[in-house]
Amino acid sequence: MKRHAAIYAEFWRNGLIREMGFKANFIMWIVVELLWFVLQLTFVGVLFLHTESIGTWTKWEVVLLYGASHFIQQLFTGLFLTNCVQVSEHIRTGKLDFLLLLPASTRFLLSLRHVDFGSFVNAASAVGVMVYAAGKLALAPTAAQAAGFLALVAVGLLLHYSLMFMLACVSFWSVRAQGIVWGYYNLFNLARQPDEAFRGAFRAVFTFALPMLLVSNVPVRLLADKMRSPVELLLLAGMGAACFAVSHVFWRISVKRYTSASS
Amino acid sequence: MTKYLHVLNIGIQNTLVYRVNFFCRAVFALVPLMAMLMMWDTIFAGKGPGAMVGAYTLAQMVSYYLVVTLVDMLSAVAEDDWQIAGEIKEGLISQYLVKPMDYLGYRLTLFVSGRLVYTAVAVIPVGLFILFQRDYFTPPAHASTWLWFALSVAMTALLQFLVSYTMALLAFWVTEVATFIFILYAFEYIAGGHLFPLDILPPAALDALQYTPFPYFLFFPVSIFMERVTGAELAGGLAVQAMWVVAAYALARLVWSRGIRRYSAAGG
Repeated sequence: MKRHAAIYAEFWRNGLIREMGFKANFIMWIVVELLWFVLQLTFVGVLFLHTESIGTWTKWEVVLLYGASHFIQQLFTGLFLTNCVQVSEHIRTGKLDFLLLLPASTRFLLSLRHVDFGSFVNAASAVGVMVYAAGKLALAPTAAQAAGFLALVAVGLLLHYSLMFMLACVSFWSVRAQGIVWGYYNLFNLARQPDEAFRGAFRAVFTFALPMLLVSNVPVRLLADKMRSPVELLLLAGMGAACFAVSHVFWRISVKRYTSASS
Repeated sequence: MTKYLHVLNIGIQNTLVYRVNFFCRAVFALVPLMAMLMMWDTIFAGKGPGAMVGAYTLAQMVSYYLVVTLVDMLSAVAEDDWQIAGEIKEGLISQYLVKPMDYLGYRLTLFVSGRLVYTAVAVIPVGLFILFQRDYFTPPAHASTWLWFALSVAMTALLQFLVSYTMALLAFWVTEVATFIFILYAFEYIAGGHLFPLDILPPAALDALQYTPFPYFLFFPVSIFMERVTGAELAGGLAVQAMWVVAAYALARLVWSRGIRRYSAAGG
């Protein structure tokens, strides 16, 4: 465990060195992400020129939700996304051989090797928007609420990671897995919408099968005093734990199928 | 001309390989569309019966997004810009320079073949979805609208292609064009009318947008289909759109002639 922590610190150092090699590019990607975030917030602004609320969600509550959703998405991108996308490359080219030989958990290396620093800058901009929205709502979260929010964000990240890692493991069977991983990532866009906007089968699918509508909505509901029942909390936490466990079993089964690529 | 027909043929054969891919993409694209429609439904429901957003009823709003999907299917640039930038970066365009063929014409033909195949595949899920939403979808009342719509979509496709082509040519100067492409795409996404109909914006913002090419990337043909622009306004709009196409063409030619002088055929 201690050894893994030391290795992980080294991944961060590596990531920083890599980004600083292409400073202009690093800044340009931050600009791109920032622009898209501003664009989404503009959309909220335009929507609320014409309406008072979406379900029970008021304007600044929706802004808070967009901020939280962006925060979660950027943290996910920084910590896990590139790694999950690259799994299929490692398998296709046989580079996984090298990772299997290293004296550390292979899943750990596969999942966390690449750290994307630009995303943390973007996550910070999301925090700025959330603080501003909270000010507009005159929210004064208690320490417990803030801690609960962060814990739920962590659970949400774990949930996303577990699901996406499982999809990445499909690479052991099919070459199409990379497309599936990107497809899942595109669904993140649903997470910033207020859950009350959806009904029926659509809502059920994106709550229980692909829990996009839980991951950002539940933490924001906690922060904005909008919790309807503790069931949602338990559902998010339960799904996080269950998906992580399932993904570990799935990884064990998958890696047994690995046959290396060349030689 | 016949040589471009051969290119078209090759392009169709090559993209047919991706038909399953295209089908999946078209189906997946329906998920955010459904989300958007449900969100508007909720907003209209919250405002009470007979509510309007700008000049749109719920049915018209749903129609708007369905027509956007239709125009997108026919005219959106998919992989073309990445391919062009990649060919420049890796020095692959050298082989086209010695062929008796114009690179812009060659890429345009490939773009058309890609759209033909994509439309042929995507029309199934998109058509089914529109059929499913038929209570909200109102086809044009006048037959002539179809003609103007077709003309405008063709110009939209040209505009989209030419602008993407020009952006990809930036690869002559910088190694990483992806950021530039994404920045332009962001503007196009919001100012073109992808995210919401532009006429629900405050009038001042809408007026300002009329002086940019962005509404002609998407919003204008959609408005024609919905018969929100008619008569003199329609004729004027088509003329302005044609002007933007010519301007984009001139810019594409200019950037190419400048860029090709800097071209160093990396990789041989």
